[in-house]
Amino acid sequence: MKLTPLRRWLLAALPLLFLSLFFIYPVASIFKLSLWQNGRLDWVSLQVLWQKAYYLRVILFTLWQAMLSTLGALALGLPAAYVFARFQFWGKTWLRALVTLPFVMPTVVVATAFIALVGPRGLLNRALMGMWHLSSPPVHLLHTLSIILLAHVFYNTSVIIRMVGGFWATMDARQEGAAAVLGAGPWQRWRFITLPQLAPAIMAASAMVFLFNFTSFGVVLILGGPGFATIEVEIYRTAVRLFNLPVAAALSLLQMGFTLLLMWGYTRLQQRMTVPLTFQAARHNQQPPRTWAQRGLVAAVFLALGLFLLAPLLALLVQSFHLGGRWGLDFYRALLVNRTNSVFFVTPIQAVRNSLGFAAVTILLAVSMALPAAFLLAEPRSGSFSLVRWLDTLFMLPLGTSAVTLGFGYIVALNHPPLNLRASLLIIPIAHTLIAFPFVLRAILPVLRGMNQHLPEAAQMLGASPKRVLRHIYWPMMRRALLVGVIFAFTISMGEFSASLLISRPQFPTLPVAIYRLLGQPGVSNFGQAVALSVLLMLVTAAGYLGIEQLRTGSEEF
Amino acid sequence: MPFLTLSHISKHFGATPVLQDVSLAVEPGEILCLLGPSGCGKTTLLRIVAGLETPDQGQILVQGNVITTLPSHRRDFGLMFQDYVLFPHMTVGDNVAFGLKMHRWPRARRMARVQELLALVELSGYENRPVYELSGGQQQRVALARSLAPNPQLLMLDEPLGALDRTLRDQLLVALRKILKQLGQTALYVTHDQIEAFAVADRVALMRAGRIEQLDTPEALYLRPASPFAAAFLGMENILQGTLISLRPPIIRTPAGLLQPHELPAGLGVGATVQLVIRPEGARLAQENEKGPNVLALQLLHRSFRGAHTLMQFAGMASASELRFEFAGAGGGAHPGQSVRVTIEPDAIVVF
Repeated sequence: MKLTPLRRWLLAALPLLFLSLFFIYPVASIFKLSLWQNGRLDWVSLQVLWQKAYYLRVILFTLWQAMLSTLGALALGLPAAYVFARFQFWGKTWLRALVTLPFVMPTVVVATAFIALVGPRGLLNRALMGMWHLSSPPVHLLHTLSIILLAHVFYNTSVIIRMVGGFWATMDARQEGAAAVLGAGPWQRWRFITLPQLAPAIMAASAMVFLFNFTSFGVVLILGGPGFATIEVEIYRTAVRLFNLPVAAALSLLQMGFTLLLMWGYTRLQQRMTVPLTFQAARHNQQPPRTWAQRGLVAAVFLALGLFLLAPLLALLVQSFHLGGRWGLDFYRALLVNRTNSVFFVTPIQAVRNSLGFAAVTILLAVSMALPAAFLLAEPRSGSFSLVRWLDTLFMLPLGTSAVTLGFGYIVALNHPPLNLRASLLIIPIAHTLIAFPFVLRAILPVLRGMNQHLPEAAQMLGASPKRVLRHIYWPMMRRALLVGVIFAFTISMGEFSASLLISRPQFPTLPVAIYRLLGQPGVSNFGQAVALSVLLMLVTAAGYLGIEQLRTGSEEF
Repeated sequence: MPFLTLSHISKHFGATPVLQDVSLAVEPGEILCLLGPSGCGKTTLLRIVAGLETPDQGQILVQGNVITTLPSHRRDFGLMFQDYVLFPHMTVGDNVAFGLKMHRWPRARRMARVQELLALVELSGYENRPVYELSGGQQQRVALARSLAPNPQLLMLDEPLGALDRTLRDQLLVALRKILKQLGQTALYVTHDQIEAFAVADRVALMRAGRIEQLDTPEALYLRPASPFAAAFLGMENILQGTLISLRPPIIRTPAGLLQPHELPAGLGVGATVQLVIRPEGARLAQENEKGPNVLALQLLHRSFRGAHTLMQFAGMASASELRFEFAGAGGGAHPGQSVRVTIEPDAIVVF
């Protein structure tokens, strides 16, 4: 669609205004808070991070756990990537869907699922206690580094499998045959043929996974307990519990610095990944496993992935019906009851209603932000007009900012005039919109960009007014993509934990925040309700994910 | 009164002038072709007529009424795009019916009209097919049916055969003119292909760098190109410079030898420097004893047998470009490197 300069700016205005107010302004406020004191540039609060051994430990731990988690994800993900890239086997489609499921699960669901599996009252401990008639749970994983690592591996294996496996699948399998004919053994083929070509993909996937682990919040907060803190968790504790805003701001700054560095590295690696090799459609490179070693490998990967990825989610489901020693719907019923000694002023089910309301507003806001932005970005590039490219980058920036930083920025920036939203319920959907916006935009944009730009003109020449062009051309072509965007906005809003924890008001908890609070309370009933709420959230998210997979045309193959 | 009048149209993209003071008129029922190399402004002119671009200056009139600022969808014109731009989410029938729906035709009439149009383009029975299942030629015909369906006052076609291969193009070209003439359709046809323009048009407007170079019937354009550019664009590549040494009979001295054209443009005097072109089919092998102007001795560079004729390429004399002529049949027995005596027909020489 050709736009006049005025229309172009009108389209840009809404998303630009939104991003300026609710992204740039809060982030700038964090900068100001940490670097600007008494009217001049001041490094004091940043220096604290170096001088106090405690903060240094937090920084080192953040890096250390991120590295270990990344290695763990590689250890499980690389063999699986190989199996996905090179073999056809029964149940592959199913396994592929399963692999991605953990990645889309909200952190509170994953954390609760791991507690339901290996926590003190978890399935594993109960089974072991029953088997050997023990009086106390034998497995002590909760509040250890191990459970943090397990949850991170659970999350990120899919990233390794998708990115490396996807690349691997298009690598011509005949290269290895060619090397074998030239006398290369299996190790030499891996070392000199496969690995060098695969390395950029592995590095890029690792950088991505490292970034996710580095900014991990919910998993560390819930599963690690008070003994562990990543920078992200520390920002939350320093800001909300200690109310030391300048130090929290300094931590946010550090976090953003690291994130930008990692993103930059990732982008560089990803560019190297797109070096044209001899690409081949994936199916030409895949065969059923032939030798016993191959069959063994496929079976091992199948079992390991299936067990590891399914077990926590299944444990969650089972525990929601069976925790107090008998089967039943007690915990689901308890969600509807307002107990006076409850941490809530309202019933837990009210949190579900809150979240649904927030999600509805998020959908509305995110779509009305993303639509004009998409029309703007999809415009055919005209000459040296670089505004579009610049906006493209700007619109993706919220992706690179952690949700805790965002929430913290809102606390700093939006709780006093000129923009006081601290008491407004709108602040939550606004934060969710910002997080969902890049996803919604990316869902719509390819359709608009892929559309023949003369289509609207063709309709116009046949007598269609601009309104009817929208209705008969744009709407039918875009509605699937729009629905994908809507589902993205919905599931992101329903599952978002970090920013919501910082900015939600106590009387209006979101679903994940309610789960977190219930987990912090003693007693089987509270835990059971947390599990039941997590199951609801898990089902909503899984349904959303399956919906998106169904709606997406031209799915990637690997 | 002409159906469509363009008067002094100018258009700039940024600082680049795309159209400069273009005026022309299209008579009712006439097929007028805008012919020119890419970048000459012909597609922009079409888009201005369609209302998809606005001219910086100038007016567009339909039967005397100014429509310059009327939006495209109210102009009642049809446009067939180069890449057809069929609606991918609709069937063949829905594509053809789209314009009728926009013009609020009742359903029964719509269906009948779709049948009629599909029959016209020989695609009866295709109405429920999705458009992406069609071949290129079929898509082209659906696009034609779609743009004709609402009975547009003016049909515009933007390189409608550009995406097809040569054989298919030749077939469709004949069919296209037949259909347009059968309907008495006023049409504006854009192409860069001279053969296409000549085959389909009643008149051809040859465009160059945003201006109309020459506007005439195909025959007149070919026989009397108005400029060396026009001649070159119409495939006359043998361009020479010479000096007029006699008016009666007209004799021109060129590096290749003396040439006597059939006629001269008015106003030339003896001693004038002129440019001239020789049509490639205007040469034959000279007879043994033939003499006089128009008999040239040329050095043969290449020969290439083409079946009905033989294309021979001769060395250009003293900075003139190479000369190419088509000779009937095998074209004699001369070998490359030898000198060949050639006679030029006087009316194959066009002097500017």
